[in-house]
Amino acid sequence: MTVESTAAARKPRRASKRTSAAKKPESAEPQLVQLLTPEGERVEHPDYSIDLSADELRGLYRDMVLTRRFDAEATALQRQGELGLWASLLGQEAAQIGSGRALRDDDYVFPTYREHGVAWCRGVDPTNLLGMFRGVNHGGWDPNSNNFHLYTIVIGAQTLHAAGYAMGVAKDGADSAVIAYFGDGASSQGDVAESFTFSAVYNAPVVFFCQNNQWAISEPTERQTRVPLYQRAQGFGFPGVRVDGNDVLACLAVTRSALERARRGEGPTLVEAFTYRMGAHTTSDDPTKYRADEERAAWEAKDPILRLRAYLEKEKFADDAFFTALDEESETLGKRVRETVRAMPDPDPMALFEHGYADGNSLVDEERAQFAAYQASFADSAEEGK
Amino acid sequence: MAVEKMSIAKALNESLRLALDNDPKVLIMGEDVGKLGGVFRITDGLQKDFGEERVIDTPLAESGIVGTAIGLALRGYRPVVEIQFDGFVFPAYDQIVTQLAKMHARSLGKVKLPVVVRIPYGGGIGAVEHHSESPEALFAHVAGLKVVSPSNASDAYWMMQQAVQSDDPVIFFEPKRRYWDKGEVDTDSIPGPLHKAVTVREGSDLTLVAYGPMVKVCLEAAAAAREEGKSIEVLDLRSMSPIDFDAIQASAEKTGRVVVVHEAPVFYGSGAEIAARITERCFYHLEAPVLRVGGYHVPYPPARLEDEYLPGLDRVLDAVDRSLAF
Repeated sequence: MTVESTAAARKPRRASKRTSAAKKPESAEPQLVQLLTPEGERVEHPDYSIDLSADELRGLYRDMVLTRRFDAEATALQRQGELGLWASLLGQEAAQIGSGRALRDDDYVFPTYREHGVAWCRGVDPTNLLGMFRGVNHGGWDPNSNNFHLYTIVIGAQTLHAAGYAMGVAKDGADSAVIAYFGDGASSQGDVAESFTFSAVYNAPVVFFCQNNQWAISEPTERQTRVPLYQRAQGFGFPGVRVDGNDVLACLAVTRSALERARRGEGPTLVEAFTYRMGAHTTSDDPTKYRADEERAAWEAKDPILRLRAYLEKEKFADDAFFTALDEESETLGKRVRETVRAMPDPDPMALFEHGYADGNSLVDEERAQFAAYQASFADSAEEGK
Repeated sequence: MAVEKMSIAKALNESLRLALDNDPKVLIMGEDVGKLGGVFRITDGLQKDFGEERVIDTPLAESGIVGTAIGLALRGYRPVVEIQFDGFVFPAYDQIVTQLAKMHARSLGKVKLPVVVRIPYGGGIGAVEHHSESPEALFAHVAGLKVVSPSNASDAYWMMQQAVQSDDPVIFFEPKRRYWDKGEVDTDSIPGPLHKAVTVREGSDLTLVAYGPMVKVCLEAAAAAREEGKSIEVLDLRSMSPIDFDAIQASAEKTGRVVVVHEAPVFYGSGAEIAARITERCFYHLEAPVLRVGGYHVPYPPARLEDEYLPGLDRVLDAVDRSLAF
């Protein structure tokens, strides 16, 4: 603590001031990069122009619709007892699809546990995302097949892995980039600050993509920060930009630009996607206890899927046949997810002892043998009973 | 034959140099490891010879050091990170326990994390607080980590080679008060595997089990006991996770009496695990309960009291006498 701050801390304050620490940050939604308004109007931004074909626009729409359908299915499966937990991305489709579609195949992604849309963009089979929520594994995909790391539960821990991975990319002389996803709550974690420090100091090619969905379980953003999150970057020596997180075009353009900057060797960028978690934090959460219905209603008007649909229809980029076919594709996906999850077997009990160590371990060998003998003893007694 | 007499510090330095030479993917990372060569000079001269891209001075952030090392390992590198002192590892404890230890299992074996975390540990150098602790049990309790500690120069040299080559994360505890102890290192003769214990003194009346800084104390105790006609065996565990229980069992069955010695607090310490296992494995061979000598359940004391806290020759001999009295 500096002398000044000690003095400041000692200065008497009125009680009302002391208790009103959690003031809303001054700018609720300032300086949002936006290319598509909530009404579906295309607007220009001086720094982030984007030119997409009708085909590409339909592709983004399809990604968002199918991701939402998958997410809804997973939520339903949790309610039916097929999953132990689900972390819904409802409302964050544009942030995830926009940033996810900005990536090149050789880029590497470090997600939290909610990046179902990014996983979709990386070609990870959505049913693979459900293993950990069903409790049959801790992540059912090979991170290196899709350059999409496993979901990380400990808040913010993956941002350091991303910074380190990006340091390695730079050492290799590769021109790929790394992207780390995290939330507004994670911005309070020391690991996130340290990842900013490391990536800035080593000029690592990493994009920090913060989905500010306004709530860290029940804690609002103003409990995490007194300044708009994107402004944090300045103190670490790299640019920060706030994008309309419900605008898939803006998310794509801004992330693409940040990735290109990383590729050029100009170091990290912080992107704050200003968005909203429409549902609960996870299926264990009850947002009615801490947030107002009006707030959700206000954000519903900014829905990322509806606004792109309005644009597609207005510009005649998509016809009824497209939307009908997509509805059918959604249903097919939902059915496949349902069937796959229900058919997912429990792991073999001996899997307990698999993969603890790459090199093997004498203690694990001993315990595995004991467990196998114990399991076998049931088989023996069953046979004896016959 | 390339047998050379060198200190543990020099052996570690030479071993790290060899690792950097052998594999371009090996990196050294940590606070002050570059120009300064580390506060104990273990990395002395390495940055000069291998450059800043291989021997990396890091920001002062332990979680960041381990967290970015994980990322580098995921990219195919083999980072060897230095935590400056034992008590400073705790900011990195989360990354070590929740990430480094578990990622191989979490990925069903798809990713490997060959990261070595070097920690100068233990007391006896008159340091201020947080510079003298022995937190090995906290790491040994965590599945997915290997936890080792050399007690002599030869082991320092070879165990570091083995740790760097391991595809599993290794917590490498360096007994800092032994850094300047010299011993012979045969740089041609590759010793046994990393997890094997070694009988460093044969005896028939009682076994002293120790590792790291306490091996020397136990050897001195065994020598002193010899003068009183007692034949003491000393087992250097070398690895605290996994533990070579076969070696412990063989020695316990041979002598019938075991005293486990470590600097860390006895309560919930590695001695408790070893004593329990010996009881399970060789109850009918024991002539006495397994005794433990170690630190007390108090914060590591100020330096002027550490001689009272740390197990010394007399406390070890006292335990030997108590065991033999059964």
